[in-house]
Amino acid sequence: MSLDSKSAVPAHPTPEHSRPSAFASFLRLRELPVILALVVLVAVTAALNPLFLGEQGIKDLLLNATILMILAVGQTLVIITRNIDLSVGSILGLVAFGTGSIFVAAPNLPIIAVFVVGMLFGAVLGALNGLLITIAKVPALVITLGTLYIFRGINNAWAGGTQYFAGDRPEAFGNLSVDTILGFPVITLIAVVVVAIVAVYMLGTRPGRDLYAIGSDPDAARLFGIPVTRRVLLAFVVNGLLAGLAGVLYASRFNSVGATTGSGLELDVVAAAVVGGVAIFGGSGTVVGAAIGALLLTTITSALTALRVDKFWQQAIVGILILAAVVIDRIASVRSARKLRIAEARNV
Amino acid sequence: MSDRLDAQPGPGTGSGTPDRPGRDQPETGSTAKGTHMAAPGTRTSEEKGARRPAAGKADTTRVLAVPKGRTGAARILLGRDAIMIYVLVVVVLYASLVIPRFASPVTVGFLLLDVIPTLLIALPMTLVIISGEIDLSVASIAGLTSALMGVLWQGGMPIALVLVVCVLAGLVAGAFNGMLIAYLGLPSLAVTIGTLALFRGLALVVIGDNAVANFPPGLTSFFTSKIGGTGIPTVMVGVVVLIIAFAVVLHFTPFGRGLFALGYSKEAATFVGIDVARSKFLLYLATGTVSALAGIYWTLRYSSARSDNASGLELAVIAAVLLGGVSIFGGKGSIPGVLAGVLLIGTINYALKLDRVSEVVLIIVTGSLLILSVVAPNIAAAVQRARHARQVRSAPLP
Repeated sequence: MSLDSKSAVPAHPTPEHSRPSAFASFLRLRELPVILALVVLVAVTAALNPLFLGEQGIKDLLLNATILMILAVGQTLVIITRNIDLSVGSILGLVAFGTGSIFVAAPNLPIIAVFVVGMLFGAVLGALNGLLITIAKVPALVITLGTLYIFRGINNAWAGGTQYFAGDRPEAFGNLSVDTILGFPVITLIAVVVVAIVAVYMLGTRPGRDLYAIGSDPDAARLFGIPVTRRVLLAFVVNGLLAGLAGVLYASRFNSVGATTGSGLELDVVAAAVVGGVAIFGGSGTVVGAAIGALLLTTITSALTALRVDKFWQQAIVGILILAAVVIDRIASVRSARKLRIAEARNV
Repeated sequence: MSDRLDAQPGPGTGSGTPDRPGRDQPETGSTAKGTHMAAPGTRTSEEKGARRPAAGKADTTRVLAVPKGRTGAARILLGRDAIMIYVLVVVVLYASLVIPRFASPVTVGFLLLDVIPTLLIALPMTLVIISGEIDLSVASIAGLTSALMGVLWQGGMPIALVLVVCVLAGLVAGAFNGMLIAYLGLPSLAVTIGTLALFRGLALVVIGDNAVANFPPGLTSFFTSKIGGTGIPTVMVGVVVLIIAFAVVLHFTPFGRGLFALGYSKEAATFVGIDVARSKFLLYLATGTVSALAGIYWTLRYSSARSDNASGLELAVIAAVLLGGVSIFGGKGSIPGVLAGVLLIGTINYALKLDRVSEVVLIIVTGSLLILSVVAPNIAAAVQRARHARQVRSAPLP
């Protein structure tokens, strides 16, 4: 795009098109619809029910979104490379239960070590997915559908009927989801830091840009000399790592972890990414968008409760939201394709 | 016969040919390019015998006419579908011999009753995946149907009318998916994740936390009844009719052939005159309708209408379909293979349950089978490629 417009400048001096103002580029932001939706939702709800934006209200909103946010960030990396990981719910379950077991087996282990172990465990599971996909060259949907079952099965076998409750872990660990810094719960701050790090990585580093190139056109990326296999593997490992982190935080946030922890979460995660403007066929979207998508999806539930809407409507509204996101994405891509065509025609 | 061949159009004849020159021989040389499809069976046997002596006199113009891999009877007997069926037979035999109480009409009955919902939805799902799309909303449509059924029946509607309305609801749900995917051109994975939530949500709206159980006893007992002493459920008759219908549509009609083309390349399919949008729309109508039937079956079999009926079934169905040899990229697959895949998972699960293996291992087995079924052919292909490369390298230069 930028190349086209630059070379078009001498022939057609149209400054308002060639040098887009900050406002125009803001309007074209992929995350704009989801940000608008979130702002409108929060504003309307807060207007009708002032308690919604009370101190406790905000804290609950953020706490609810934290885990889905981290998962959505990881999933975005994978989706951008034109893959998908359906096994994240199972990875989260395994790690969450593992965290519970660690605290029972070694109660004096420093909490930071538990985080490291949990994230490494998640990374190993993610690497397993990535290796199967890149080495055997099998579609990610199939492999991760398989590992969804396998990881869940291992979790079932490991946990059996056992559940670990809040009382089984050190108080300091549980307090991570209770204490706040400047009104933000600690685990939400962890999530925000994760989003920021990954966003910078995707925006400004070579491997991050490579992921977009791979998702736009894997063959072209290979011809261009991008180590496609290594990068895709990286995306899966990071996704596993973040799912591991989410698992540890899950154990901190929720009262009990057991055999079914996190089951069915995978489609919510993909939905959050899609709502956040991540194209399901790869190549575009940002982790910030996905994180906001996750925040929107979890906020809707609280908002509907605050508005006293029948709770049974929640899921239907989530569905409509996902469809709306897909339609908006489609409209945006049709428009940008048309613009590109016009720009190319001018160049000739 | 030619049907079997067309089943894998792309790599079968096109992409594979360049890496095996010199396989042509005088006999086949006379067969023109256009007619090679007509007599694949007869050529195989000749080809096997004549391959070595003819290896020297390669003629690049004729190479194009040689289909890659096996043809004719060998292709059917050694194909992916056949292997699935052999595995199924071996598993059934093994289970009958080793596990006490497995080989009985009771087993047949319960196994089939358990497997019917997956089996039903797997049929249209096969067509959808072959055409290169996917539908994750099937289980939610079944749940919506079930919820609707409960509410309408409780509201005093005659049961026949309830059933008709439920099937129509499935049709409408499918049409909604189809409209978004076929006519608006939205990606099916994203759309059906959305409708997965939407339809399940509507089920909740319709019935809430309630469960309706008082369906007419005549009807519910019909749905669990067996044909005589065979143990085969009576509803299996209807299921078999559907299986045959889908198999005929997929393998013996121009529409079905078009789906394979669609799965390979939408552009090419458009150019040969296939109405891409209409085909896809019809497929989603079929998935919606059949999912509604599965929902009705689920409700009457367990005689309970709830909003969470059949939840999670979508991934089980897709796992079974992929295990049955359908390529997730589209363009490959068959109904017999999928039947074998569904029954294989059902049999293994039931046998392990009878053998008092816990549920835990069952899902590990399902997942491992799925991964193995896609990884194994790729590894085999890689080994074959490596061996071929070695042969080419070690061959003396002309």
